[in-house]
Amino acid sequence: MASLAFWNPIACIIAFVVLVAIIYLFRSRGQKKYKKGTAQTQIFLSGEKPPDAEQRHIRAHNIYWGFFQALKQYYDPTIKAHTGIINDYIIWFITLVAVTAVILFIVWLT
Amino acid sequence: MHTLVAHSAILIIAIPLLAAFLTPLISRVSKKARDILVIATLVFVEFLVIILAKDIYLNGIHIYTLGASSPSLTIPEHYMVPVRIILEVDAMSIFMGIISATVSLAATIYSISFMKEETGGDRFYTLLLLLVVGMLGLEFTGDMFNMFVFLEILSISGAALAAFRTRFADALEGGFKYIVISAVGALVILFAIGIFYSQYNLLNIAALAQAMQYTMLDKIALALLAMAFTMKLAGVPMHMWAPDTYSVAPAGTTPMIYIASQACLYGLFRTCFTLYGVTLNTATIGWIVIIIGVLSMFVGVTMAVHQSDVKRLMAYHAISQSGYMLLGVGVGLAVLGNPEALASYGREAMSGGIFHIINNALYKGLLFLTAEALFFRLGTRDLNKMGGMCRNMKYTSIFFIIGALAISGIPPFNGFTSKLMIYESVYRFNPILSVIAMLVSIITLASFTKAFQAAFTGPALPQYKDVKEVPKPMLIGMGILTIIIIFFSLFPGLIVNSIVNPATDALINQATYINAVMGGL
Repeated sequence: MASLAFWNPIACIIAFVVLVAIIYLFRSRGQKKYKKGTAQTQIFLSGEKPPDAEQRHIRAHNIYWGFFQALKQYYDPTIKAHTGIINDYIIWFITLVAVTAVILFIVWLT
Repeated sequence: MHTLVAHSAILIIAIPLLAAFLTPLISRVSKKARDILVIATLVFVEFLVIILAKDIYLNGIHIYTLGASSPSLTIPEHYMVPVRIILEVDAMSIFMGIISATVSLAATIYSISFMKEETGGDRFYTLLLLLVVGMLGLEFTGDMFNMFVFLEILSISGAALAAFRTRFADALEGGFKYIVISAVGALVILFAIGIFYSQYNLLNIAALAQAMQYTMLDKIALALLAMAFTMKLAGVPMHMWAPDTYSVAPAGTTPMIYIASQACLYGLFRTCFTLYGVTLNTATIGWIVIIIGVLSMFVGVTMAVHQSDVKRLMAYHAISQSGYMLLGVGVGLAVLGNPEALASYGREAMSGGIFHIINNALYKGLLFLTAEALFFRLGTRDLNKMGGMCRNMKYTSIFFIIGALAISGIPPFNGFTSKLMIYESVYRFNPILSVIAMLVSIITLASFTKAFQAAFTGPALPQYKDVKEVPKPMLIGMGILTIIIIFFSLFPGLIVNSIVNPATDALINQATYINAVMGGL
């Protein structure tokens, strides 16, 4: 596996462990005297009451909305092609068999 | 031990077949005894696969002729060609066998807790063991007709498992779609076998490969076989059945049905490399495989990132990952007739693609199990309804993170290693293909970031405050795959040198496969 000669996962693990140790060191030097269950551990939103947990959670359909909008011209026909109809699946198969056979035949002729 | 090794190829198929039909009988006596029988069967199959693999890596191709006075007697006296059923297990076959046996064992352990809350456990385990028989038989057979038979066993049991939860309409639909595409695919494969038989009076793969003339009819047979196997492995644009089926299969059966699709990938490779080999125009068929691979990678991942159903998301990623395997092995196929290019980067590309099969089987299997764990506890597959699960399902969260990092090709996980091999070697064939593969990997990471954020992070949702971690057998099933992923991540060189490169060489060296049966005739 000559191409992987430079790749050493053990070194990567050691680097990760060192990184975790540094993070732990920083974290351990943080404030320890806060009081649980008081305003010190509550969400602060400029004095406003924070919304309920269900409303605070960003749902899956909101993530990458901009990405899908930007690629609308790609996504609209691609999703439309996924009809869910088994007849269409078989048509794709027959088309691919025919195209492959024709390609092999043309290459054989040339 | 010597006798066990000598008969291991047939025992690997026969033991789960026998256990499949014993399961309903033992189930009438004791459900616990049935569970023990199923697990013990798969543990023994795993053991047999390992000792057979060791024998193959030491002594070369393992031949088993059924009905002969000696298992190695492939051609009967007074005959010029092999007529008996022959199992021919080379390094590529056993590589696939290792994947099938390992994932099946982990998935079955995972399924035990799930089945305690379902009815019809005896039928479930019968079907599950028949699926194992279908996979291993397809991978070990040296005969085209038996390949068709095992494909049928695999398809029927897979469809029945997909539709197992008959109370869900989408399960019936998923099972129905799987059986329709499988039946059409199998019929087309049978037609291609008929073409071979009409021309050569042969069914044995090695004998056919030796006799292959690459006539016009052989080209039609190649198109039929290649596309039928590609549809079964869910290559784009024949992939649309996969999300419908994978998303509805219960418990641990989704990874198994997925591995069954990988067995069809083996069928495609065996057809192109061994049955046809250099007699065909490898550059043309290689490019066809590459194009399907690139389409699978790109369409699969872009559709995955758009999903809100966690199992459909996983299913589209399964399609996308198959694209990497097709790309890597397709490059090897495209340069098969060019020894210089094959030695320079073709073999490396193939090794990358083949290494990706086992890596993907492990982390994709793990991810399917984590998705089913979410469904098991939350009763929904909809990511929009999930959140904060890392508080309630700590171990499942860790398994998900490991699987997600591995599939996204993040170092030091095993997915990175096989993808790196593909990127490097494919770049030398065509840089654009390599860039597309890297782009797909980035979108894969984005997709799993979305899934993790939606399901596991965020505030604790009140409706899920009582949700607990999944039962221990489900954790053990996921744990087995995680441990293997970590091992593969730490020692990629060992895996590539010991099982991947021999599998690559087995595909490239068509003559060795032919001579093992034909004996230089």
